[in-house]
This record gives sequence, structure tokens and C-alpha cells, in this order.
Amino acid sequence: MVEMDAVQKRLFKEVADLHNIPEGAYNLRANGESISRNTTANIDIQSKTDVSGIDIRIKAGTKNESVHIPVVLSQSGLKEDVYNDFYIGEDCDVLIVAGCGIDNCGAQDSEHDGIHRFYIGKNSRVRYVEKHYGSGDGSGKRILNPVTEVHMDEGSTMEMEMVQIKGVDSTKRSTIADLKADAKLVVHERLMTHGQQQAYSIYKVDLNGDGSSADVVSRSVARDDSYQKLDLCVVGSAACSGHTECDSIIMDNGRILAVPSLEANNIDAALVHEAAIGKIAGEQLIKLMTLGLTEAEAEEQIINGFLK
Amino acid sequence: MLELKNISFSAESDGKNVEIIRDISLTVEDDKFIVITGPNGGGKSTLAKLIAGIEKNTAGSFILDGEDITDKNITERAKMGIGFAFQQPVRFKGMTVVDLLRIAAGKNLSVSEACEYLSEVGLCAKDYIDREINASLSGGELKRIEIATVLARNVKLALFDEPEAGIDLWSFNNLIRIFEKMRSECKGRSIVVISHQERILNIADEIIVIADGRIAKKGSRDEILPEITGTESAVNICHKMA
Repeated sequence: MVEMDAVQKRLFKEVADLHNIPEGAYNLRANGESISRNTTANIDIQSKTDVSGIDIRIKAGTKNESVHIPVVLSQSGLKEDVYNDFYIGEDCDVLIVAGCGIDNCGAQDSEHDGIHRFYIGKNSRVRYVEKHYGSGDGSGKRILNPVTEVHMDEGSTMEMEMVQIKGVDSTKRSTIADLKADAKLVVHERLMTHGQQQAYSIYKVDLNGDGSSADVVSRSVARDDSYQKLDLCVVGSAACSGHTECDSIIMDNGRILAVPSLEANNIDAALVHEAAIGKIAGEQLIKLMTLGLTEAEAEEQIINGFLK
Repeated sequence: MLELKNISFSAESDGKNVEIIRDISLTVEDDKFIVITGPNGGGKSTLAKLIAGIEKNTAGSFILDGEDITDKNITERAKMGIGFAFQQPVRFKGMTVVDLLRIAAGKNLSVSEACEYLSEVGLCAKDYIDREINASLSGGELKRIEIATVLARNVKLALFDEPEAGIDLWSFNNLIRIFEKMRSECKGRSIVVISHQERILNIADEIIVIADGRIAKKGSRDEILPEITGTESAVNICHKMA
């Protein structure tokens, strides 16, 4: 395998908690090419031939295995579209860790647009963790526009943890899901923007089968002059239950537009949405200051807790 | 020892300058348990906030162990050993009980150490340690966690603003036991409690009655308690609950 340099190692650590080569199946991609790959008896990874990206096939009945597919960009001016498709058989229980780290020290924009499609088989359970991270002090922007599509068969469960805490200048995140009977989707998104960053996060979840459910929760913090638009929509077209929640803290001159929305097309669809935006409460800061923290330390603790 | 010298505090209200604390001087001796009582709106909570630095006095000075702390902010006073349990504790979304106790202790408390503080306030530690301090906690639970944050700090002067408000009779007994333990555990520590409760007044060394921003009465428990029993400055908990 190709040796990673220090920047790449740091990025892999940020986005996938990887200190070393992961256990199980993996595909590590750096600066536009796959640098290391491992498959297992149950999990196969193949490069696509028509476009850039990989197909990940997980055999039916695969339990307690993991797939890591982190991507890092440390070369300024690189722009890539990557298509990764996950075919997960029936009765699986797997962990998938994706994520992208960009370090841009140059003047040109670096952009990674990952398109992930999941086809989750009956009664399978998938935990998906995706972290995005940007660093580097060049004037070139760090841009990430992930698209996630989730197609869930009967009785399947998908838990998604989507995290973007630092350093991504511009992001348009789009996630769509459709659920058959008794499928369950849980999304926890955590987003923090600072500087002049702009983040758009769009979810559309179609609950098409009886007994399906979705819980889409986004917690975000907009600092400095950053802007966020959170657009969380759940459509209930069966006897289903759906909940969306956007909960945001604004600081400095941050701006947030939260648009939770619901569409019910069936009399038995039970849908709820919640949204709240506010600054850090003065009483919270004061409480932590009476415990000996400075105002800045108190603020950090409150945000850390909120985004945990 | 904390000395308050001619403390006054005024604030704008409806365009008018209102004097809330008027020229209060008093001394909180080491090892003392002082209960501040008096009618609602008399300035008790404001006085406690002034001591913690949450409000800034408009005149007078605070002297802690000989050092003038009048210009010290909340953080500095906290670091000097002043602790404050709020009447209405705030919630922190996402932050867990153990996180808050760790901040209070100023160190990476082990789970078992954190559990001890929770047990002190009558919460079954394992059920609470990882709970978020959010709306899922009741007012009474929150209040007990608030008291635990003061226990987790090694304070020299602990201020409790109506610690009994919102907690039930059982924890009321527990609360009194906590105060007694806090006193016996640390030499030189003083405790100032704002309360109307007769049972808390009953364990005071000294009682201060504050009304209309001034000290209306001040003296030992034996001296003051008979004078105020039956008034709104000293209510029986069962009476108040009924």
C-alpha cells in the first residue's frame, strides 16, 4: 500500500477515528485514488468501471462486521465526484464508517462530492457514521457536497450519524430515504459552521410502508458570519410515524433558516416536527462561571455538550 | 470570612432607578451557618447574587479573608471558593450530569466519585450519571443536581438560594443532613442559605431578616426565631405545602 503522509494520517484520524489500518473491510482514498483496500469473506469492494467510486457488497447474514471508506484530500485544487454504492443483503448487522477530510493549504478550491447509495436488505441493521472535516489555511475553499440515498427494505434499520464540525467552507448535504414496511430510520446530524461558511442540509424521508418510522434530529451551531439552512422533510404515505427536529444555537452574526416540514398522505400517518433556534442562554454561562469557568470556557462547554 | 461593607445595589426598572439593596453591612464568620430570610421581593436573592459576582454592587465593598474582591468577576470569585446553588437551575441540552459534575469539580472525576455526590442528594447515581440535563429532568431532580454541583466543589463559602423550593419532604430531610455534613466536613467553611423554612432556620447559627433591601433583624437563632415564627419569614413546610 501507499504510505500516508502526516497530513493524510491526521485527516484519516479526524474523519474515521483511524489511527492505523482498520479491521475488517476498508477502502482508503486519498487525492483521487484508492490507496489501500481490504475485503473480507462477507464484504466485497470493487471499483466502478464507468465512473469514479466503488461498489460495496455485503453478503446476507453478515453480522458484526465493519466497512471503513474514508476519503482525504490534501492536494489543493482537486475536484472529484465519487459514487459509492452499498448493497447490503438480508439479515445483516454492520457498521459503515465514511467521511471526508480536506486539507487545503493552496489558493485553489478543493471539492469532494460523494454520492452514497444504500440498498438495505430485509431485516438488516446498519449503523452509518459520516464525518466531514476541513483544515488548512490556504485561500482555496474546502467544499463538500455529499448526497446520500437510502433505500430500505422491510424491517430494516438504519442509524445515521452525520457530523460536520469544523473547517468545511461550503457544503450542500442532501439526504433522501425511502422506507418500506416496518423499516426504521434514525438520523442524528451535528453541524457547526464558522467564519464565512455556508451549509445547506436537506433531508427528505418517504415513509411508504406500514409500521415504518423515522426520527431525524439535527443539532447545529452557527458562529461568526456563517449561514445554515436546515430543511428536514418527512412524508408519511402509510400508517407510519415520523419526527423531525432542528435545534440550533446561533452566535455572533450567525444566521440559520430552519425549515422542518411534514407531509401526510395517509390518515394513519403520525408526524411531528420541532424547531428551535436561540443563542446560548445567559443563565447557562453564569452557572458555569460560578463553577469557575471563564465565559469563553463556559461557551465551549455548552457547545461541546450540545453537539456531543 | 466574608465581610460586606455598605453594599448597595440599584437597577433601572421602567425607566426609574430602583434601589434594591440599601447599605447592607454584615460579616459571615468562618464555620457559620447563616440563614437569610424575609418577605419576597425584599432583596435576598439579589444579595446572594451580589456576593457571587453575578450582579455588580453600585456601592460598598466585599472583603474575603482580608482581600477586597469587589472588582472580581464571577469566575474569579468562584475560583476563590465561593459556590452558588441557584434557585432555578438551568438545563443544558446534550450535557450529561457527569459532565456538569466534572466541570464543578474542576477535574476528571471518576464515575464512582461523581456517583457519590449524586447519592448525597438522594439520586440513584447509576440512573442519573449519563442523563442529559434537559427537559426530561423534573424540577426537583434538577434542583438536587444543582446542589450536587456545589458539593462537588471544595468551596469556602456556599450560597444556596431557596434550596428547598421544588423538592419533596423526603429530600427536605436529606437537605438538612447535607448542610450538616458540609459543615462538619470542612473546617472554616461557611454556608449561607436563603430560605423561609422553619426547619432550615432551626439549624442556623445566625438569622438575618432582609426586608425592603435592608437588614431588618440580625442575630442568633435563639434571638431571632421566636420573633419571626408564624410570619412569612419562617413558615412550616407542611403549612406551606397545604
